[in-house]
Amino acid sequence: MIQVISLLLENKPGALMRVTGLLSQRGYNIESLSVGRTLDPQISRMTIVVDVDSLQRAQVIKQMNKLINVLQATDLTESPAVIRELVLLRIRTTQENRTAVLKEAEIFGGRVVDSSTEGYAIEVTGDPEKLGEFVDVMSAYGEVDVIRSGSVAIALESKKLKLQPPIPTKTLVG
Amino acid sequence: MSQLMSGARMLAECLAREGVECIFGYPGGVTLPFYDVLYEHHVRHVLVRHEENAAFAAEGYARTTGKVGVCCATSGPGATNLTTGLVDAMMDSIPIVALTGQVSSKLIGSDAFQEADTFGITRSCTKHNFLVKRFDEIPQAIHEAFYIAASGRPGPVLVDITKDALQGQGHYQPVSTIHLPGYKVFTEGHTGQIRRAAQMIAESERPLVYSGGGIVLAGAAPELREFVQLTSIPTVSTLMGLGALPTEHPNFISMPGMHGSYAANLALTNADLLIAVGVRFDDRVTGRLAAFAPHAKVIHVDIDPAEVGKNRVPDVPIVGDVKRVLAKLNKLIDETPAPEQKIAAARRAWANQIAEWKAEHPYDRSTSDSEIKPQHLMSEIDRCSGGQAIVTSDVGQHQMWAAQLIRFNEPRLWVNSGGLGSMGFGLPSAIGAQFARPDKLVFAICGDGGFQMSIPELATIASHALPIKMVIMNNGYLGMVRQWQTLFYNHRLSAVELDCFPDTDKLAAAYGIKGRTVEKPWELGPALEEAIKEPGPFLLNVKVTPLENVYPMVPAGSAINEMVLGPPQPVEAA
Repeated sequence: MIQVISLLLENKPGALMRVTGLLSQRGYNIESLSVGRTLDPQISRMTIVVDVDSLQRAQVIKQMNKLINVLQATDLTESPAVIRELVLLRIRTTQENRTAVLKEAEIFGGRVVDSSTEGYAIEVTGDPEKLGEFVDVMSAYGEVDVIRSGSVAIALESKKLKLQPPIPTKTLVG
Repeated sequence: MSQLMSGARMLAECLAREGVECIFGYPGGVTLPFYDVLYEHHVRHVLVRHEENAAFAAEGYARTTGKVGVCCATSGPGATNLTTGLVDAMMDSIPIVALTGQVSSKLIGSDAFQEADTFGITRSCTKHNFLVKRFDEIPQAIHEAFYIAASGRPGPVLVDITKDALQGQGHYQPVSTIHLPGYKVFTEGHTGQIRRAAQMIAESERPLVYSGGGIVLAGAAPELREFVQLTSIPTVSTLMGLGALPTEHPNFISMPGMHGSYAANLALTNADLLIAVGVRFDDRVTGRLAAFAPHAKVIHVDIDPAEVGKNRVPDVPIVGDVKRVLAKLNKLIDETPAPEQKIAAARRAWANQIAEWKAEHPYDRSTSDSEIKPQHLMSEIDRCSGGQAIVTSDVGQHQMWAAQLIRFNEPRLWVNSGGLGSMGFGLPSAIGAQFARPDKLVFAICGDGGFQMSIPELATIASHALPIKMVIMNNGYLGMVRQWQTLFYNHRLSAVELDCFPDTDKLAAAYGIKGRTVEKPWELGPALEEAIKEPGPFLLNVKVTPLENVYPMVPAGSAINEMVLGPPQPVEAA
């Protein structure tokens, strides 16, 4: 099944590699992954969509939490969250279909970002499933090129971030 | 007060601050600045003959003391040679810190001489790793590395340091704090869960302790002994946990699993409660998971939350340090009245049943008049050790016979590569063990296969006159692979015959150490005694029955009560 994970991680060299490496090492398939800075430039937010057996869901989160650079791993699959994705789509279409294409784009809340005699480039954001339908519909009108950003998600209930305090090295030695 | 010094010097100071006595390593181009500091530093460096063995030696040191073992290698091939040892330490949760040199920061990514992406390569081989490109980042990284390696579920940590960071000069200010905001160490178990566990234990008629390497790692052997003393619950111990409860303890059954005992496997299969502490329900223990301990409720105590519920969903999960959890549990049990009569009677019947199973099929200790059986060899080593010697082993048949037949009456005596199963582990880990415990009698038991992977380290052993008693169980085969080919591949012995084995007496002489070869049963005892009497190293080559197999054996994919107890018997005429 599809699992949506939200990660907060320290913005350190190699942090992304640790996350993706762990996923492939444990045999989890990545459907999509997106990463960006948070308000604190030292911390990144990552949204990962993986395809895992439902029994494995807790295990994925536990393994993520074991990474030293991961500050918080949250399973958003069944908790209240807004999940969005961006699609950029270029369509080659005939003169007769141009108006129809625009109308369809409007239905999906799309915005034309480029227009030429050959066709349009359209930007749509929305629920990932809806975007799939948008792409299907557009494909009916002509040849399309599509790029999807991968899902980004935000939880609707804030989860307290518990950080570990600094440790004096004196207690480490001896 | 801060002092002006090089990054390499800071590195040595930090190691000294961490209490490092000894580094196992091999120098190279980019680590030259560090080795220049070591030239006159009190931290001792032991030159091994291959970097993989530096990691194994560091593991031997860590496994026998509980302290962090340290190894060091140069960039490129030096670092890649370490990786087997890193994964080995990862699989068995052994705290080691690996220091590697890296090409200068401005050369990274240019395919410079002896450049390898050590940071990338070792990502999955370590609990955590660091790439340090500036001298002033060295102290922080080193102290963090030691803390991560030793705390929580221990493991290997690698610090890759560029040459220019080692050469850089600056003021050294000892680090006063480290900060790892995302690294959570679970220590105290949940009090309510511990109470539930105590309740469950009190109500159980056929309880069984399933203890593992986590007990040894946590230093929780005294708490385990106390628990067993208080409750009289029979106990099995995994390969990694041997010695935590003395082999000779009346409640100890033995090792369970693929080559575990009949009694241990039947006890697991028939128990109504497993008290699983510091174990990970490894496939070599559980056999077919769905049929493992099918009647048992499970209390699982482990410091790693990811292990709890990974393979078996427990009824009472307790995430915490097994030492502290057991101490709390002991206190609760001590305050609880003795079990009621019905339970007490059922427990007595359970203990009797286990005693019967033990008597029915004990481990095979057979000897022969004409040849040395491998079991005979292990029994003789056991006699010499008396449950007190450190025994390191390679991987394969000899490892299983040693685990079955040698007593370990303390934790940290049995040193072997359990999770990864790395051949060539026995000899170098014995080097680390002997440096850590110079007072101890150390046996390194190798197969004739694993020994040939370790021959270069005879130089390290000879040069430090380490009194390791090296015992080769020489059957002329890669015995465990041959056993599988015999049993499951229709006797088609493919690439398992080790012909052209060197004359080890001459080999020993070539390194200037004592050696002897024996092949008759009556020579074995005296040869072992000669080896022990010898104040220096001793290489004993023991030619054993070539075609002996290890039993009991649980075929892959079978339930652990479906053991093959011995070779097929010839059918008797009616």
